[in-house]
Amino acid sequence: MSIDLKQFHQTFFDESFEGLDIMEANLLDLEAGSTDKDIINTIFRAAHSIKGGSGTFGFSEVAAFTHLLETLLDEMRDNKRKVDQESIDCLLQSVDCVRSMLNATRDGGDIHDQVVTENENRLIAILGKNNSNSTVDPEQETVELTQVNTSISTGWDIRFKPLASMLRTGNDPLPMFSVLSELGELSVTVDSSGLPNFDDLHPENCYLSWSLRLIGDVAKEQIYEVFEWVEDECDLDIVPIESGSEKDGTKVPDALVSSAGEDCTKDGAGAQSIKKTDVGQVKKTATSEVTSIRVGIDKVDDIINLVGELVITQSMLGQIGSEIDDDRECDNRRTERLREGLAQLERNTRELQESVMRVRMLPISFIFSRFPRMVHDLAKKMGKDIKLVITGEQTELDKTIMEKIGDPLVHLVRNSIDHGIEKPDERIAAGKPGTGTVYLDASHQGGNIVVEIRDDGKGLDCDRILSKAIERGLVNEDESISEEKIYDLIFQPGFSTAEALSDVSGRGVGMDVVRRNIRDLGGNVEIKSEQGKGTRMLIRLPLTLAILDGQLVSVGEETYIVPLTSIIESLQIKIAQVNTIAGQAQVYLLREDYIPIIHLSDIFSIPKEKLSIDGGLMVVVEGEGQKAGLIVDDLLAQQQVVIKSLETNYKPVNGLSGATILGDGTVALILDIAGLIRCAKLMDTSLLRSQRIADHAGEAQQGSGQEIIIANMNKEIPDEHDTIH
Amino acid sequence: MADILAVDDSASMRQMVAFTLKGAGYQVTEAKDGKEALGIAKSKKFSLVITDVNMPNMDGITLTKELRALPTYKFIPILTLTTESTAEKKQAGKAAGATGWIVKPFNPDQLLATVKKVLG
Amino acid sequence: MSTTQSIEAAPEIIGMDTSADSSQYLTFILSDEEYGVDILRVQEIKGWDTVTLIPNTPGYIKGVINLRGTIVPIIDLRLRFNLDSVNYSPLTVVIVLKIVSEDDERVMGIVVDGVSDVYNVSEDQMKPPPDFGNVVNVDYVKGLATVDEKMIIVLDIDHLLTSSVLESIDKASC
Repeated sequence: MSIDLKQFHQTFFDESFEGLDIMEANLLDLEAGSTDKDIINTIFRAAHSIKGGSGTFGFSEVAAFTHLLETLLDEMRDNKRKVDQESIDCLLQSVDCVRSMLNATRDGGDIHDQVVTENENRLIAILGKNNSNSTVDPEQETVELTQVNTSISTGWDIRFKPLASMLRTGNDPLPMFSVLSELGELSVTVDSSGLPNFDDLHPENCYLSWSLRLIGDVAKEQIYEVFEWVEDECDLDIVPIESGSEKDGTKVPDALVSSAGEDCTKDGAGAQSIKKTDVGQVKKTATSEVTSIRVGIDKVDDIINLVGELVITQSMLGQIGSEIDDDRECDNRRTERLREGLAQLERNTRELQESVMRVRMLPISFIFSRFPRMVHDLAKKMGKDIKLVITGEQTELDKTIMEKIGDPLVHLVRNSIDHGIEKPDERIAAGKPGTGTVYLDASHQGGNIVVEIRDDGKGLDCDRILSKAIERGLVNEDESISEEKIYDLIFQPGFSTAEALSDVSGRGVGMDVVRRNIRDLGGNVEIKSEQGKGTRMLIRLPLTLAILDGQLVSVGEETYIVPLTSIIESLQIKIAQVNTIAGQAQVYLLREDYIPIIHLSDIFSIPKEKLSIDGGLMVVVEGEGQKAGLIVDDLLAQQQVVIKSLETNYKPVNGLSGATILGDGTVALILDIAGLIRCAKLMDTSLLRSQRIADHAGEAQQGSGQEIIIANMNKEIPDEHDTIH
Repeated sequence: MADILAVDDSASMRQMVAFTLKGAGYQVTEAKDGKEALGIAKSKKFSLVITDVNMPNMDGITLTKELRALPTYKFIPILTLTTESTAEKKQAGKAAGATGWIVKPFNPDQLLATVKKVLG
Repeated sequence: MSTTQSIEAAPEIIGMDTSADSSQYLTFILSDEEYGVDILRVQEIKGWDTVTLIPNTPGYIKGVINLRGTIVPIIDLRLRFNLDSVNYSPLTVVIVLKIVSEDDERVMGIVVDGVSDVYNVSEDQMKPPPDFGNVVNVDYVKGLATVDEKMIIVLDIDHLLTSSVLESIDKASC
């Protein structure tokens, strides 16, 4: 039978990477001199599984490498070797090596590179130091095995006399004989002379012995292999057939063999009592303790999509249900029952949706778990003393968000270690403990997950950032900027304040990418810092990317959805509060703030229903820390909507984050508030520019700005736009 | 055909063993460690148990001992999967009452041949 | 909601050549001209229904519709080819097509005047389009086929519709 082992590769890789994470986490917990059996055993087991799997699936280089690891760990486990820092470090590096080897195996690439070879040599060196306990190379052993008796005869006489206890290890002579019979022509003679009187017969004992004759071109070790497991539980003689003895051998019909075999084995007298206890056992059925299953994410996504459809269907039915009474008179009791059913459907659908969404949620520990190792390595490399405190690692978030937030988090933590925490002497001189601390925390706040990275390092140096920004031309020298704005500067492309080039944080690349990644997920990042005391970074992310609580608004004939999380309030416009800047851009005085007014009808080129906005409706929204007032024609319902991508069949559109399907089956577009505000700002600048041009020409012309605005709306909005002031 | 209980903490090995045996017509139940296997074995009688040795919760050696202590499993063949080919480790399984062992790495054909040796 | 004609109801197949090198094409009418698309790419044919406008897109992108839970853009082929626009009537038809581009697959709908026929066209019946210079863009034409003494313009829908979307990006960023 040929089985394609490739089908198991993905599972093998998945579990091996998990195993490596387990090894890493436990190695970090393992201290030099420790004798903690549990920890060592856990690490050993993981290495052992990877070795076994990689051998089985044909990844011999990984198997050979992990064999070294396993040997080292085995010696630690058996107390044959002390746990020292050198071994721990080497094992940690080996974990990285195995990881890269597995990646290379999976994705193609250099499996056995320089680093692996170096590490392999180190492992061998460490293993060699404890010569007295060096283990036997398994390959050597198999060589020895095959060297045993390679004599071949035309046939063999086998005398097989099991010990009375052999059956109790589950070894049954019958299948063994049937394997032998496949090697050649087999004849079997049973010797029942050992059978005691029936009264003395113990049903669990084996009293028979056999003489077998195997004719054929069979090697002795092939026969030996059949009896390999019982060599200690029987008397076994295998001798080549003597010439002439063949005629003396009494042939015994096969039937005799089977009946003889069965009589004294499991179906013997003992069977009766076994069956009785069997019944008792069955009633106490121990439920199997499967606590988790591994399912492909695509299957989960299929379910989520279907549930999304169900939500749409449900809301469609709900709408029809609510219209029934209004249409015409109906059978009241039936309407009542229909309503009840619809209400229940709504509840169940919502619960189903929430449960399904939870399937995609994973604890953030999946990401946090990589930090202890990273901090350990980086601190060592940089000569810093750093403690990492992790809290809230059980906080759950969507798998997709998890995958995308990993790299930005790594970057921010690296920054804390590289730029934040000072060297021990520097810290002590500043009156702080020599050991710096990096805190990593996650929590749920409303519909968001908030990840906090905090350190007690030196904090951000406002003056340095500012001078750098001036040097780069990001701000004007005479400009006065708030502290908040200064921190914001480090998110600009190409901005870095690292004094020396370091391979820890890299240079220049990073913070802008970090922010873009977080924004792409619909989140934001915020920095707070106090010089000399430390820095605090807050990342706010949505819990899931699939559903959204939305406010439906209408503009002209169109319906749009404003995410509820970005709405601050909705109000009726008092014209007295509206001011105009440069003749075009309008701002609204809301309590003490001037907030820019965004006409959705202008931005989306929709014919206006009303010319004056006096008494109209404005939704005050906030995106990326910027407030704005959206002018809408009407506020409709609030409802949860399933986010559908516009990109699947079309392409991304500025100012829109996606679309959804309403209860009546029509499509409504979901507004991307941050994107809209950026669009509106672009309107302002183009407007200002046009104004300036017009001024220069000496013919300031109202209305021409509007044309430019609309023409510019489709522009790909550059990220660095925020700085163009 | 015969019911086999396959025990391994490694999902890939478990899948491979189960797939191979099912392909040969056996019924296979999977368990991820000794503890789970023991629970399953108590509720149903299998004609063969194939178990990994190194596992969390309950290792294969303990599982073998526990199974042998059950009247229903007194004579049932139990095979251990071991990467440790040294005589010492093989004998640990035997001493606990295992029928025999399969040395890892093995391929599907080797597995089937070994199973045949105990089930006929 | 919309009226959906199933493809089975499409007109009977003309041309009996079913040899391996022939393909079936669904043809439709656009301003008295007959165009063909590979029938294997046709997902369904449905009547025109209201669409949701996508702001700031070229006129030929009519908007998006809900096709069993996915958002599908609708392109007016008359406008795409700079032909005179006509008012949509109950007979106006949307052909939903699967579009394959280098990196992925999309589903898009095209608005046409009406569906005509299904033809078997063999490789040798298909002639390359003549070069009209700048008068007519033949980039989107796979070939010209003659069936029953009629000329059918076989479209390269992948190229046509992918560029329709991409061009609107180009326009947007100029």
